[in-house]
Amino acid sequence: MGFEVLLKGSNMIRLLGGLLVALRISLVSVCISIILGTVLGVAMTFKSPVVRGVLRVYLEIVRIMPQMVLLFLVYFGATKAMGINLSAEAASVIVFTFWGTAEMSDLVRGALKGIPKIQYESSVALGLSNVQTYAYVIVPQIIRRMIPLSINLITRMIKTTSLVMMIGIVEVLKVGQQIIEANRKSSPNAAFGVFLTIFGLYFIACWPISRLSKHLEKKWSA
Amino acid sequence: MDFEVITSYLPRYEKAFFLTIRIGWLGILLSFAIGILSAFLIHFRVPILSKIMDVYVEVFRNTPLLVQLFFIYFGLPKAGISVSAESCGIVGLGLLGGSYMSEAIRSGLDSIPRMQTESAVALGLTKPQVFFSVIFPQALTLSAPAVIANVIFLLKETSVFSAISLMDLMFTAKDLIGLYYNTTEALFLLVVFYIVMLLPVSVLGSVIEKKARFRMLGD
Repeated sequence: MGFEVLLKGSNMIRLLGGLLVALRISLVSVCISIILGTVLGVAMTFKSPVVRGVLRVYLEIVRIMPQMVLLFLVYFGATKAMGINLSAEAASVIVFTFWGTAEMSDLVRGALKGIPKIQYESSVALGLSNVQTYAYVIVPQIIRRMIPLSINLITRMIKTTSLVMMIGIVEVLKVGQQIIEANRKSSPNAAFGVFLTIFGLYFIACWPISRLSKHLEKKWSA
Repeated sequence: MDFEVITSYLPRYEKAFFLTIRIGWLGILLSFAIGILSAFLIHFRVPILSKIMDVYVEVFRNTPLLVQLFFIYFGLPKAGISVSAESCGIVGLGLLGGSYMSEAIRSGLDSIPRMQTESAVALGLTKPQVFFSVIFPQALTLSAPAVIANVIFLLKETSVFSAISLMDLMFTAKDLIGLYYNTTEALFLLVVFYIVMLLPVSVLGSVIEKKARFRMLGD
């Protein structure tokens, strides 16, 4: 069925190496997104109409533009428009961060809005200072709500990184194609085995993380 | 930006646009069918079938569409199952979307309190009546926001179809850039057509979401 190709030489190692490229890109993007997203999410609760307007437009762009289009825009567009020669990996980190930050900020905004006003008032009534209110009352609750959702964002990011092969990054799918091409004569059915293996690899990478996210969500919501 | 170039590209984009829309919405319809069926099976804990659906949902929610398409389009023919690029796109999108829709609808069904079923039975409603006139409409309203988010997500996912050489918007843009190097115009049209495709859905979705919220919570 074409699985034997993977046992030849270093094919399996190469495939895993390709997966690592995808994981690296998503990890870097997630880390930046979480930081920027938190800042933006807090900014969204500001009353200023300008800040709100700009953020609304930003969120709407991310909501309706496929990540693939954004990738093309940054990778081909930036080179053309500004004459910067971005590496494909830099372009993908920029795009995934742009997307992840929007997702994250929306989650943070939702979590902040979910804290009832009465909690702030009670803290004041108890004589807590503003800093104390946030440090002991608000932030711990928000973190509990945010952690499962941020973990979930990681799996979505990993799944999205499969797109980077379309702008020429050699990640797991591309390595798979190369292996299939190289063994076209000796094992013509390699496509089945190789793509099924990649399917499995992605599942193994994402499933435990999404389970963890669900588990934490259940544990902390009670 | 050269408008002559843009007008000369328009017909190709138009064709790609309708192809993308057709495959996208057919895939979404399929995902609704799969999602509702799977949500029912899981919610009612139908023996064996519900377990199979559990596995299906987990597998397809945790793998990227691109990988699923590659497997269906390039892998399956080696096992004797050949599909055209178009049906591969529809089936791929339907299977991916089905797993997301299933989750959305199931969580709606699960969050209707038991008391409602019991009250409906006490009022003398038959089992199908309880489900179709009491539980299901409410569950659908509850899951509306998630379902809408899924529809938008699935329409966006159509952008990976170019990988299995469907002549969709992405493919057209890439092709034109490769042929003529008019990157700015090609990318501009790409963005415009995606806005035309998704903005109405996004706006309509927000309206439906508000209506659904009003129906459930009254605010």
